Amino acid sequence: MKQIVQSIRDAFSMAIEAIQDNRLRSILTLFGMIVGVFAIIAVMTAIRTLETSINSGLNIFGSNVIYIQKSPAIQMGDHASRRKYWRRPNITYDMGEELKSRMVSAEWVSIGDDRGGIVVKAGKYKTNPNVVVSGVDEFGLEVSNGSLSAGRNIIHEDVAYGRRVVLIGKTVLNKVFPYSDPIDKKILINGISYRVVGIIEPKGELFGNDQDNVVIIPITSYLQYFSHSHTSLGISVKAPSAEDFDAVKEEASDQMRIVRALQPNEENNFEMITNDSLIETFGAFTAGIKMFAFAVSIIALIVAGIGIMNIMLVSVTERIKEIGIRKAIGATRNNILFQFLLEAVFLSLLGGIIGVILGVLAGNGISLIMTVKPVVPMDWVFIGLGVCSAIGVIFGIYPAYKAASLDPIESLRFE
Amino acid sequence: MTLIKVKDFYKIYQMGLTEVRALNGVTMEIQENEYLAIMGQSGSGKSTLMNLIGCLDTPTSGDYYLDGVNVALMSDDELAMIRNKQIGFVFQTFNLLPKSSALRNVELPLIYSGIYSKEERMKMALIAIEKVGLGDRMHHKPNELSGGQRQRVAIARALVNNPAIILADEPTGNLDSKTGVEIMSLFDELHKIGHTIILVTHEDEIAKHAHRTIHLVDGKISKDENIK
Repeated sequence: MKQIVQSIRDAFSMAIEAIQDNRLRSILTLFGMIVGVFAIIAVMTAIRTLETSINSGLNIFGSNVIYIQKSPAIQMGDHASRRKYWRRPNITYDMGEELKSRMVSAEWVSIGDDRGGIVVKAGKYKTNPNVVVSGVDEFGLEVSNGSLSAGRNIIHEDVAYGRRVVLIGKTVLNKVFPYSDPIDKKILINGISYRVVGIIEPKGELFGNDQDNVVIIPITSYLQYFSHSHTSLGISVKAPSAEDFDAVKEEASDQMRIVRALQPNEENNFEMITNDSLIETFGAFTAGIKMFAFAVSIIALIVAGIGIMNIMLVSVTERIKEIGIRKAIGATRNNILFQFLLEAVFLSLLGGIIGVILGVLAGNGISLIMTVKPVVPMDWVFIGLGVCSAIGVIFGIYPAYKAASLDPIESLRFE
Repeated sequence: MTLIKVKDFYKIYQMGLTEVRALNGVTMEIQENEYLAIMGQSGSGKSTLMNLIGCLDTPTSGDYYLDGVNVALMSDDELAMIRNKQIGFVFQTFNLLPKSSALRNVELPLIYSGIYSKEERMKMALIAIEKVGLGDRMHHKPNELSGGQRQRVAIARALVNNPAIILADEPTGNLDSKTGVEIMSLFDELHKIGHTIILVTHEDEIAKHAHRTIHLVDGKISKDENIK
């Protein structure tokens, strides 16, 4: 065992010597490997970062909530398929009320909608026209996984009477009430006067979006002032527990079909979204990118492998004399084969390691932008380095074999 | 004691339609601690004979007993082992690895003999390099050494594994006459301490150092004489 370790160490030090002796050529060869490994590691790291941010804590909906809306959350596909969603009838407040009265297994059913591009004013202070106004009922905060840091929530009576009361997010608060307590103060939302009743606990950013740049008002008031002909509402159904979740989801689907007056042979003209389905949709989306990055990397690595073979063939030709000397003083075929093979593997592995380091750094650049924790995709690091070693062996074996097969007398005579 | 026994050596090359008999039936014996010179004009077959004695090549037919073992039938890798352990080569053009230090060059045969301890190898290489009087230059690379010094490194490399035979092919051919004399006296000394030395040369001056000369003409031994 010790002998094997020692002989590998000897071959290894010979490989390093040879690479040092041909520094420029080795560096050029390395580039190919670096690019190939860099591409896959950078993409995989970036995707892993996104996945982590999606999966860890940043749940968009509250727990056990099923969200029903007209179109899918992430739409992929061509114009025609998007028009299909767009042509579906809107979900109205009445439909929401009807579903609410039909559902028996749900803890509650909530109706809401939001739109962006809103200006909020209070006295001389004014926000940019980028605030999101959200119309909800008394369950609205729970739907969006939010909570209050001060004041009270929107209550049933606010919704029933269409009261002009508002909950404001931290970003809006800082803009329009920089120095004073906002509770019971008046603000203007797109020019319409509302009374502040509560402050929403900050949530931070998601995909670079500020989730605290919002104001929340009763859905009835929202429909009065902020809806338009295209407005299609979202309905949230809360299951009492995780065990009931699937049953509630099924009941919601059945009841919604009745509300939408669908025939048994017609497909749903609404979408049901859950935290899990969002993660799943995102997964399907990233799988495509992963496949593409993988394909690009494999091509790059094969090209790099051919480069390594080329370099090793040149190296063998240049070192015929050296091979002759080594054979004359007792190197066997296997000694020479192993030496050249190890050189090829070492070159490709070195390129792979540099590629991994650069790839992880570049891939985590995105985590800085999105303020999530950096990750190292260890599985892909090992896959990348494994592929590099394999390429070193595959493309190094022929030159090494050629070197090992040289005739010692002719090699010694070679000038 | 008989170290080398060569019997009916033939080496025949097919060059297109013509057949070239580089060795045309050579039979000879070499005793332990002999100091032998193989002489002949170029084309006489002396290089071919040296390659065969040095186990770099195998004969077309004939037997070669080295230390009682017939090596004519051995595989490439077995021959490599024989070259490593039993034979030390000294070439006209030195044939050192240009980018490795003198010490590393001397160490190289030990790596291939399976001496896995680096310290052990260093100890043996140091002894060999001291023997040729280059202890103070062992960390120099070949291009930092003079021709005579390079040949001393090559001799140290040939000695390091304590081989039965030292085989020197025109060892002074690339050296000036004064350095050549120094190198030859080194061979004289190695002979004195018990090594078997075979010189291959076409120069009478060099052959004079040997105790026995074999002349080759057209692939055959024409003269075999003891001169001392």
